[in-house]
Amino acid sequence: MDALSWGEIILRTLGQFTPVWIAIIATFALSITFKRRLGLYGKLFDSPIGMVGFALVMFWVFTGVFGGAFDLITTHDVLDQSASMKNKGPGTPYTKLMGEVAEGAYPYYLLGGDNLGRDVFSRMVVGAWEVIKIAPFASLFAFMVGITLGLPAGYYGGRLDTFLSFLANLILAFPVILLFYLLVTPEIVLTGIPVYMAAVLFIFPIIFLVLLWNSRFHTQPATRNLYVGVTLVVGLWLYAGIAWNADPLGLVSFPPNLLVVFVAVVFVNSPTVFRIVRGLTMDIKTRDYVAAAQTRGEGPWYIMLWEILPNVRGPLLVDFCLRIGYTTILLGTLGFFGLGLSPESPDWGSTINEGRKLLSLYLHPALPPAFALLSLVLGLNLLADGLREESLRD
Amino acid sequence: MSMFILRRLGVMILTALCLTFVVFFLTNLYPNLEKLAKTQGNFRMTDEEVASYLGRNGYLEPLPVKYGQWMGALPGWTTQAEDGTLRGRCIEPGTPPKDTPRFCGILQGDWGYSTVFKKDVGEIIGEKLALTGRLMFWVMLLMVPSALILGVMAGMREGSRTDRTLSTLAITTTATPEYVSGVLFIAVFASTAVGLKWFKGTATSAMENPTFENFFLPVLTIALYGMGYIARMTRASMAEVMTAQYIRTARLKGVSFPNIVMKHALRNALIAPFTVIMLQFPWLLNGVVIVETLFNYKGFGWTLVQAASNNDIELLLAVSVVSVVVVLVTQLISDIGYVYLNPRISVT
Repeated sequence: MDALSWGEIILRTLGQFTPVWIAIIATFALSITFKRRLGLYGKLFDSPIGMVGFALVMFWVFTGVFGGAFDLITTHDVLDQSASMKNKGPGTPYTKLMGEVAEGAYPYYLLGGDNLGRDVFSRMVVGAWEVIKIAPFASLFAFMVGITLGLPAGYYGGRLDTFLSFLANLILAFPVILLFYLLVTPEIVLTGIPVYMAAVLFIFPIIFLVLLWNSRFHTQPATRNLYVGVTLVVGLWLYAGIAWNADPLGLVSFPPNLLVVFVAVVFVNSPTVFRIVRGLTMDIKTRDYVAAAQTRGEGPWYIMLWEILPNVRGPLLVDFCLRIGYTTILLGTLGFFGLGLSPESPDWGSTINEGRKLLSLYLHPALPPAFALLSLVLGLNLLADGLREESLRD
Repeated sequence: MSMFILRRLGVMILTALCLTFVVFFLTNLYPNLEKLAKTQGNFRMTDEEVASYLGRNGYLEPLPVKYGQWMGALPGWTTQAEDGTLRGRCIEPGTPPKDTPRFCGILQGDWGYSTVFKKDVGEIIGEKLALTGRLMFWVMLLMVPSALILGVMAGMREGSRTDRTLSTLAITTTATPEYVSGVLFIAVFASTAVGLKWFKGTATSAMENPTFENFFLPVLTIALYGMGYIARMTRASMAEVMTAQYIRTARLKGVSFPNIVMKHALRNALIAPFTVIMLQFPWLLNGVVIVETLFNYKGFGWTLVQAASNNDIELLLAVSVVSVVVVLVTQLISDIGYVYLNPRISVT
């Protein structure tokens, strides 16, 4: 068999992404049809920059979900090595040095093979899943921590604010990479420090939700008890499973090396969120509607969570998009320095790091993950820009 | 003003103390010490051998005591070996124990001894900082003017086609982390396979003899990531200034557009970017670590990676002290500078 020409490679690659194209077109068609009823999300489709960003982000989200979770887009197994495919260029027919090529295997390495003879294309696709699995949730947790601490710091001020701001600045003064090198090593995992940090950081979403329901419904004990009860049961069950790996039902667990990465990323991100929320709260708390709520006799947490927080959702939403992008960069940095994730892991940072070592001879193993990471982060930045523009408009 | 600076200095020292203690605590955890002992001795040491090595070298004393010794507030450890020779933190090989000082730590100007490089930490840090300083100098020289020009050009006519193009460009550079742009640059400009071969893909030779050929790519890689952010801040501040009343007055008076931008708008528009540029230093530090690893330029960032991956405690502490001081001093300068540049803000 001959190697594919560049035109054929492009056509076949695009063809491989068919489920993603269908999903994106469906999303856009539905969203544009109903955009007047969808609030801020619908308004996004008025801004060309926002749409481009959203399309890029959704491309990688669908790629990650279809490719990583459902195995639809990938052409070969990400760990499958073939000695005769080492460093072969894009479009090389799939052969094996030992044994026969399995029946029905995809006949080409679309984007070539890396220095262990693994398929670059499939690794790039599954790399998207590695990011989609961690980045949004890590950002969400960082936001929960930042909001739960930033609101009272900005609202009460005083000693509490001084203390929390000092802590936040302390973490921010650390060079991120030094922090990663100190936290994300097998030796630190042995000491159990990441588990304790997870135990502290993961309790915040539960605190946040309990405060949220309690402050809103404390006048209707029946509703309050229901919401708080459900939150506590589900939250503590997940908490025991994820942070302590001690789920009584044995359903929820979290691989320890992934937990370190997750904790490190949340830890690095939350002080910045804290500072943003604190600043916004200090600004909003002088507004008349806050004074009105105080005069009505509302509790401080009701004012913070139901008066101030909804009014800062615009800037926070924009920052959330940017933060997912930043988290993606951080995950890539971890992979680039070979920290945390296993060396075989197909995440983009590790593949870039592996590819760069042979960069002067072979370009194809390093470039696809580099472009993938670039386009996802760019998409998130453009999306944030579109959201900012649209949320400023109303 | 002097009260403000004094208070900030106090907070700075407190922060530096807390941070070094955290680094100290994490590097002195037993698994880390065990790794250190095994890399220093050999990898097949038994647990007892590890413990005796650590005890002999003063690693097993209580944490606050060790921290005090490192600071120079407590006398350094000494142990008597079996053959009667005295070993100690402050004892240099070759000098008789009587002549050695009791205290040796940061307060006495002794940064300790690097277990990886087998040299005095102070010496290593000085040498590496000079190398990184050179890198940073060129980064600043490239980044700041181009970012300001980009931002001013984009912000002077908000919403125009130039603005759209330049803003998208700025967003793209902020979305490209150094390890991506570095790899792309090496692929395009330095690869022997298909590249243009304009520049060199490693900067190792730039340590002795920096030339445009071997130094431009690392400088560009770091500069590009920070540039987009500064440019966007400049653009926002410029766009805001351009809508101000006095600019409208100037236009109505018939002042030419270049004159308005250069004489009236620019000075006010550059206050905000100044703060941003100063606060970019901690970010640049990250970029430096990545780029020095990528281009094999053995400066401060490269040293950080070496120290951290080998658990070289005293070198790592010195590295963190230096980087923390850099971060905090730039924050202080940015606060003070902001007050000087903007008479509407007062610190008291």
